[in-house]
Amino acid sequence: MAQRALPLSSLPRSGAGLWALLVAGLVIGPVTAVIWRAGGLGALGPADFDALWFTLWQAAVSAGLSVALAVPVARALSRQRFPGRGALIALLGAPFILPVIVAVLGLLAVFGGNGLVNQLTGALGLPRIDIYGYHGVILAHVFFNLPLATRLILQGWLAIPAERFRLAASLGAPVGRLLERPMLRRIAPGAFAVIFVICLTSFAVALTLGGGPRATTVELAIYQAFKFDFDLAKAATLALVQLALGIGSALALLLLSPPDGFGAGLDRLQARWDGRSRPAGLCDALWIGFAALFLLTPLAMIVLAGLPGLMVLPVETWQAALRSVSVALGATALTLVLALPLATRAGELAGLLGVAVSGLVLGTGLFLIVQPLMRPAEAALPVTLLVNALMALPFVLRILRPELDAARADFGRLAATLGITGFALWRIVLLPRLRRPLGFAAGLTAALSMGDLGVIALFADGEHATLPLQLYRLMAAYRMEAAQGAALLLLTLSLGLFWLFDKGGRANA
Amino acid sequence: MLELRRIAYHQEDFHLTADTRISAGFTALIGPSGAGKSTLLNMIAGFLAPTSGQVLWDGQEISGLPPAKRPVSILFQDNNLFPHLTVRANLALAMTTRRPDADQLARIEAALAQVGLGGMGGRRPAALSGGQQGRAALARVLLQDRPLMLLDEPFSALGPALRSEMLDLVARLAAEQGIRVLMVSHAPEDARRVADEVALVSQGALHPPQPTQGFFATPSKQLQAYLGDG
Repeated sequence: MAQRALPLSSLPRSGAGLWALLVAGLVIGPVTAVIWRAGGLGALGPADFDALWFTLWQAAVSAGLSVALAVPVARALSRQRFPGRGALIALLGAPFILPVIVAVLGLLAVFGGNGLVNQLTGALGLPRIDIYGYHGVILAHVFFNLPLATRLILQGWLAIPAERFRLAASLGAPVGRLLERPMLRRIAPGAFAVIFVICLTSFAVALTLGGGPRATTVELAIYQAFKFDFDLAKAATLALVQLALGIGSALALLLLSPPDGFGAGLDRLQARWDGRSRPAGLCDALWIGFAALFLLTPLAMIVLAGLPGLMVLPVETWQAALRSVSVALGATALTLVLALPLATRAGELAGLLGVAVSGLVLGTGLFLIVQPLMRPAEAALPVTLLVNALMALPFVLRILRPELDAARADFGRLAATLGITGFALWRIVLLPRLRRPLGFAAGLTAALSMGDLGVIALFADGEHATLPLQLYRLMAAYRMEAAQGAALLLLTLSLGLFWLFDKGGRANA
Repeated sequence: MLELRRIAYHQEDFHLTADTRISAGFTALIGPSGAGKSTLLNMIAGFLAPTSGQVLWDGQEISGLPPAKRPVSILFQDNNLFPHLTVRANLALAMTTRRPDADQLARIEAALAQVGLGGMGGRRPAALSGGQQGRAALARVLLQDRPLMLLDEPFSALGPALRSEMLDLVARLAAEQGIRVLMVSHAPEDARRVADEVALVSQGALHPPQPTQGFFATPSKQLQAYLGDG
């Protein structure tokens, strides 16, 4: 009889398969409902194919522009030293936790009808620009994804060993052709793919800035089928299209396996011998100035314009804020409970379903399941909580898994000789070792959930609105002062939740 | 007494066999790196299962038991203490995963005093020097009070003088408590210093242990190859 000692890897991982099945079920259930109800692709009209085409087109243009602009910005950041460099690089991480609708309001304050840019062009007698339509959608997507692209590409630059730059400098060899172009060829396709996928499922941007026959995405078309036609079969059919888009791009991402943007140490500075000439320095300064202005002005406008609005916030807005905080905290708790046992390779694959299936697709499916049983508005908040948790899960797993693997590698044998297993292993060893990444992951989830304007738009009525939905309604009613106040409140709550959790993970650690 | 009965371990190109008894108070396993010293230790401790054969302690087979149920304690090369717990909390884990009772706390203080760390139970490992961390880890295995103590290249992060001091302390305290020791080391001088018997692991096999003096005085061919001319 071959007797086996317990293989170490299996000790703390029992039950992961069950959890993976549960998560997969939470995704597959709604998707099944969608497929059940959908009328087949034959039911799609020409407007729906326009939406499909626009979705692909805007995602490609947004991703292309973001990556193209990020290359010179990342190069400037990688080789120039200037005051505020660290702060600017930290700020590049902010759009990830910035509520989309808040950013849209900030962009409106700069590029909108009465925005800064139009005041300037008006004074100079130049033609006015109109932010609504496809260019608004692309502008907002570049605003969100230029920082992400810059971080990804900057990581590529910093990964070039310093010795190579030294060698190139001593040979007088062209750094661009020798070192930079090969790196970009490796990194840029992955960055493009990530951003393309993000833009495919962007709903709030299209809702606020797009619309009309020339700027409707598939996600927006799902929403409109619900809200304007209450045509559930059509919504389900569109959701099927979006599902195919998501699965296709998730598979492409798995094949490309792009880098993730959470890398630490991005504010390192490389010792380099190029970029010292005056034209190169000037060029870098222009790019950094452009990026800083483009990213900071809308944020500054939120704060400036929002302060007076805080005084005139309707009471429903405060109620909505309370609801949003509760949903965010609930989603955070649920995500962590799901993530801890799922932080394995198989679990990460199950979690990826959350990326492939968009919030609106899940929302449509859940709506179809819930609708015969209860009034959808009553399910609005629990459904939002569940969808937020599923959406955050892949990011949280990506953050936790390497740390959990490291904790197991460092202390698994010690725990095993001491007989620390099961719940005690989590309590005594793993959770304390994971404190920092847990705090960071919890902060990320809370901020994402706090700012989410997606599935809630399908379900909620006035009594169940979250703060982002309430803000959208204020905008739609042209109550701009109150909207700006609500945007500042939402921004403060999102960043505040992130800060609190992240700090909690660092204290005494 | 530890018996390795017709043990074989195969993984890809790596092959190791062992069929011997280890009965001395302090036995050292030496040999070139990659020969399988740590693999042997991991099979005895329960982290690896042999492909075939049995591990026995006092005639009882232990090969099927999980690590914590075996009559062994182990000092690793590093990560012997949880860095987020105080020394006292680390030592308590040798006896319980719950809050230690008064009796256990008293034993912790006694063990700390034994290794010369009296009164330092409230510190975190990071607040201790490398030598003190080694002493705290030693206190932990003494509290586990298993009849066989395994040492996997112990104290290799310490300088030669401190390492010798720690080995002497281990040998003395283990002998006092009646614990047998099996040490893996790549340093022959460590084996010479503290071991009663030495066994060579080389060319895919564990050779039977021999008394330390004779082992080094009349070295076998394989030992000569390992030691070189020195």
